[in-house]
Amino acid sequence: MSVLVIAEHDNAELKPATLNTVAAATQLGDVDILVAGDNCSAVADTAAKIAGVGKVLKADAPALKTGLAENIAPMIVELSSGYSHILAPATTHGKNIMPRVAALLDVAQISEITSVVSADTFVRPIYAGNAMATVQSADAIKIITVRTTGFDAAPAEGGSATLEDVSNIMDAALSSFVGQELTVSERPELTSAKVVISGGRGMQSGENFPMLEEIADKLGAAVGASRAAVDAGFVPNDYQVGQTGKVVAPDLYIAVGISGAIQHLAGMKDSKVIVAINKDEEAPIFQVADYGLVDDLFEAVPALSAELDK
Amino acid sequence: MKVLVAVKRVVDYNVKIRVNSDQTAVETANVKMSMNPFDEIAVEEGIRLKEAGTASELIAFSIGPKQSQETIRTALAMGADRGILVETDTMVEPLAVAKCLKAVVEKENPDLVIVGKQAIDDDSNQTGQMLAALLGWSQGTFASNLDLSDGSIKVTREVDGGLETVDLKMPAVVTTDLRLNEPRYASLPNIMKAKKKTIDLTNPEELGIDISPRLTVLKVEEPAKRIAGVMVEDVAQLVDKLRNEAKVI
Repeated sequence: MSVLVIAEHDNAELKPATLNTVAAATQLGDVDILVAGDNCSAVADTAAKIAGVGKVLKADAPALKTGLAENIAPMIVELSSGYSHILAPATTHGKNIMPRVAALLDVAQISEITSVVSADTFVRPIYAGNAMATVQSADAIKIITVRTTGFDAAPAEGGSATLEDVSNIMDAALSSFVGQELTVSERPELTSAKVVISGGRGMQSGENFPMLEEIADKLGAAVGASRAAVDAGFVPNDYQVGQTGKVVAPDLYIAVGISGAIQHLAGMKDSKVIVAINKDEEAPIFQVADYGLVDDLFEAVPALSAELDK
Repeated sequence: MKVLVAVKRVVDYNVKIRVNSDQTAVETANVKMSMNPFDEIAVEEGIRLKEAGTASELIAFSIGPKQSQETIRTALAMGADRGILVETDTMVEPLAVAKCLKAVVEKENPDLVIVGKQAIDDDSNQTGQMLAALLGWSQGTFASNLDLSDGSIKVTREVDGGLETVDLKMPAVVTTDLRLNEPRYASLPNIMKAKKKTIDLTNPEELGIDISPRLTVLKVEEPAKRIAGVMVEDVAQLVDKLRNEAKVI
């Protein structure tokens, strides 16, 4: 069986989520990767080095530059014959494109799988991760998005895949890219960071987030937030950890002033070690925390910063 | 301009769900059901387009058992003009929903379809994209702002890196994210008025759609539980534990 993985990238760099998706794909068969973008040769070269990848399909055209689903999905459909599975990471990019591919192929999509049971059977979370469903697909081709925290990353080095150019790239002329406002940060990406420190409603204001950033810089951590903090406008949407935001599973997750609503827990409960700092000792976050500290965060966080210097 | 929104009846977001005893599904009997929160945002956006004079009619669509009429009725009480229910007791997957929606869209000819980005029960996040594919329309997923002009719509999307804006040729499908708006509560007079609004009933057979599931649910289980750990006295003890016990810093 052959499996096609849709690479996640920004035309310059391959995103780590691709490696977790390749790891899921290698459990299913021989893996090829599609790098669809514009001026994306460097990404294709990086993808060719991933251990376990046989072939890199490079689709390089202006119409693919910004990842518009209307242009990419029909191309994936054209490439689909010969593949038993097509996988993409369950990022906003993958979630945008893959259902469009599935519908064009008249097959179901299996969203956000966390493990592969067999070639046609997968486990996926439902109800914000409060239940896990094992589902079997009867479709000839399986369209899947992969929850990256469910799979350890495939080695980025060690492979030597062949490169093949994809022609026949169309601009569907249904949509166009206007612009973007991306959060610029020197810190690691939230979904692949080894340490994450997140703030909730208890932070009271966006002006208090630099307290967390200071600790993040000492630990090499990414900064996240609960939905309450994002809804209150403390930080931008891309900070949100939870059912409808990002799902993270770092080695260490520090929740500061976060009560622990179900929808937040859905996004971080697979972290290896969870620390909770909250002044409310009844906060549900303490039920999932390995280490809990009942304290006013405006005292505990500066103290934590000082202690880390020792 | 006509706008169509789709609403789903789901287990209320406040309910702590339980897996049934034979591990085949999540218990939904005698559980409070509500409109999927993302669909409330879709309804609200449709109403705002009407209030702004951009939309002339707002139709609320649902598919599911006859109790889904209540969900449509909620949309009507918020401000939608009329409803359409595709009645079925079969569990419908996103592809089947998209096909039924497509059949209704072809009959009603809306210029814009707004749906929630995902339902909080199956967390699929597929229906809007699938509908756009089947219709050959443009799609604006995870929207946090809409800006309509003649024949096109600018959609600001919540993406992993921040925000992105795309310009879509109409007709289009938009899926809502959390920050698009804050849905209103229906007022009592509007709840009364909604009782007089019409809900047209149809079913998949009438629409000529095969809704047989493509996936078989073999098992539904509770996830592995995390066990609560220890409470620490102070920050110094916390850092000591993280350094010497958990060894994560």
